[in-house]
Amino acid sequence: MTTMEIQTPEAASTHSYRRLVARRIAILVGLTLALVLSVAVDVSLGPARYPVWDVLQTIFAPGGAELQMRVVVWDIRMPMALLAVTVGASLSLAGAQMQTILANPLASPFTLGLSAAASFGAALAMVLGVALVPGAVALMVPINAFAMAMAASLLIFGLSTLRGVTVETIVLLGIALVFSFNAALALLQYFASEQALSAVVFWTMGSLTKATWGKVAVTAAILVVCTPLFARRAWALTAIRLGEVRATAMGVPVKRLRLEALVLVSVLAAVPVSFVGTIGFIGIVGPHVARLLLGEDQRFFLPGAMLSGSVILSATSVLSKAILPGAVLPIGIITALVGVPFFAALILTKGRKSW
Amino acid sequence: MVALSLEHIGANYGRRKILSDATAEIQGGTLTALVGANAAGKSTLFRRIAGHLRGTGHIRLQGAVAHDLRYMPQDTGMTAALTVYESIILALKQGGGGWRLSATELGAVDETLRHFNLSHLADQQLSELSGGQRQAVSIAQTLVSRPKVVLMDEPTSALDLNRQYEILEALRLYAEQTGAVMVLALHDLNQVMRCCTATVALAEGRILASGATLDVLTPDLIRRLYGINSRVERCSQGCPMMIVDGPTAQLAL
Ligand SMILES: Nc1ncnc2c1ncn2[C@@H]1O[C@H](COP(=O)(O)OP(=O)(O)OP(=O)(O)O)[C@@H](O)[C@H]1O
Ligand SMILES: [Mg+2]
Repeated sequence: MTTMEIQTPEAASTHSYRRLVARRIAILVGLTLALVLSVAVDVSLGPARYPVWDVLQTIFAPGGAELQMRVVVWDIRMPMALLAVTVGASLSLAGAQMQTILANPLASPFTLGLSAAASFGAALAMVLGVALVPGAVALMVPINAFAMAMAASLLIFGLSTLRGVTVETIVLLGIALVFSFNAALALLQYFASEQALSAVVFWTMGSLTKATWGKVAVTAAILVVCTPLFARRAWALTAIRLGEVRATAMGVPVKRLRLEALVLVSVLAAVPVSFVGTIGFIGIVGPHVARLLLGEDQRFFLPGAMLSGSVILSATSVLSKAILPGAVLPIGIITALVGVPFFAALILTKGRKSW
Repeated sequence: MVALSLEHIGANYGRRKILSDATAEIQGGTLTALVGANAAGKSTLFRRIAGHLRGTGHIRLQGAVAHDLRYMPQDTGMTAALTVYESIILALKQGGGGWRLSATELGAVDETLRHFNLSHLADQQLSELSGGQRQAVSIAQTLVSRPKVVLMDEPTSALDLNRQYEILEALRLYAEQTGAVMVLALHDLNQVMRCCTATVALAEGRILASGATLDVLTPDLIRRLYGINSRVERCSQGCPMMIVDGPTAQLAL
């Protein structure tokens, strides 16, 4: 006699949960494919019109390509295309975790004043030639921008450790920072020479054109360090979204987690912003798209937010080259012009009442 | 069997003293009610026991450790973009552990959903639940990890008549099967008399009485707790019932 193993049929609710998980994995795979496609198109587009096939050949067999093309593809287009990926992922991840820990759908590097602070720091260098960190004059602009962005987030960070400071207070404070830095920036612009003024304006519009392999490496390295740190706390971060009291009741050290996340988020947002200027919109849209597609279980939301941020910025980079042939429009303008209506349509049509 | 003893518990919000000298013995295996007027300090006592609030006195557990305690807060607002099923997984993981979910874990989620008659809501978003559904989900979240000490702040306040009965029965069964200490803050004294073996009565941060429900909930104590004249009588089926006669003093208009 053989014993028959009797398998109890899995309950319907668990079965449909497994289907949900499968669908989410499919969405993540889809986003990854979209990203690969977008990066490929991004590299093949540019003021100099090369056939797609030649571009691909230059990427995979650079030895055979002519010098000019190799320089354009490898030293200009590839860093730009990849910087769009890393910056998109960083800003979107930063926005996602700010929204999570501050329980506020409006939190982002942009609305908490990090972008405005960075712009002010950059303008200090461009208008007054002031280096906030002595030395490294060549990198004065990004270093100033980074220093001011970090100062802004440290201010928020410091105040959030005070007694009786709620998440609402932090968000309001961030908005106050935006206005203060914008006013300070306007003041600098008022006294700026014409040349400095146009440099400031261009910087604040946000642009990927100053991309280098070095910047790609730095932003990628920060992502490589921060992502696992968030991933390890995936359940705790998800739990925070049930509310501080509930999360505490689950044994999540909410205050400590919030501080740790704020530190990571500051670095994650300040570095890209200091490289590319104001592309703040990604930090709000990326997480919202991910939330609509994948929900807020951080096991899916975390990679989803990074991927959607990358896809959006990369696609925007493509648009910024495609709209006016022969010119590369500042990407910050495109994100706002194209991104906002798209975003509004998305939340109005597919919006769940999840806040 | 699990037991919880409170020894001279005190707690403050800032300078304001909310709880003083609260002492009580609570046995597991049955439901214990925590009753008292609004602002008497019921939620504060729960927060103090759950360790969210520091203060004076000792909290001792027998047959359980602090880690086995689950506290369900009074507010039921949950806005995360999660399905009911996901929110129960989350409660099971208790904010930690690996990304992979075992078949046992999924089984526990399913079992809990069924125990509280929530299976049909598994795929629904938290934000799309009715108030009562949300409260029932919240109760399921609290119990999915099979805690040995459970504090529930007004678990039935949003439930309809049928649901109240069903859930209190499920909670009673849980206590009986696991021997867990279960303290429920409740406002409906008839519910208390029907389901809770023991009662702790709180007024202005002090425990006025604690013990067997019918010994605690006398007309005299009810008058002191709520300023209400009442009678406790047996109904035709023999169950004790509280009948309200009216406020002790004319209400100032
Ligand atoms: N976070 C807080 N900060 C300051 N005081 C508080 C806080 N929470 C509650 N209190 C005060 O503590 C007292 C006890 O409140 P508590 O919430 O414990 O009452 P309760 O018995 O649960 O009442 P209810 O039946 O209305 O839920 C009240 O006077 C209340 O005003
Ligand atoms: Mg209360």
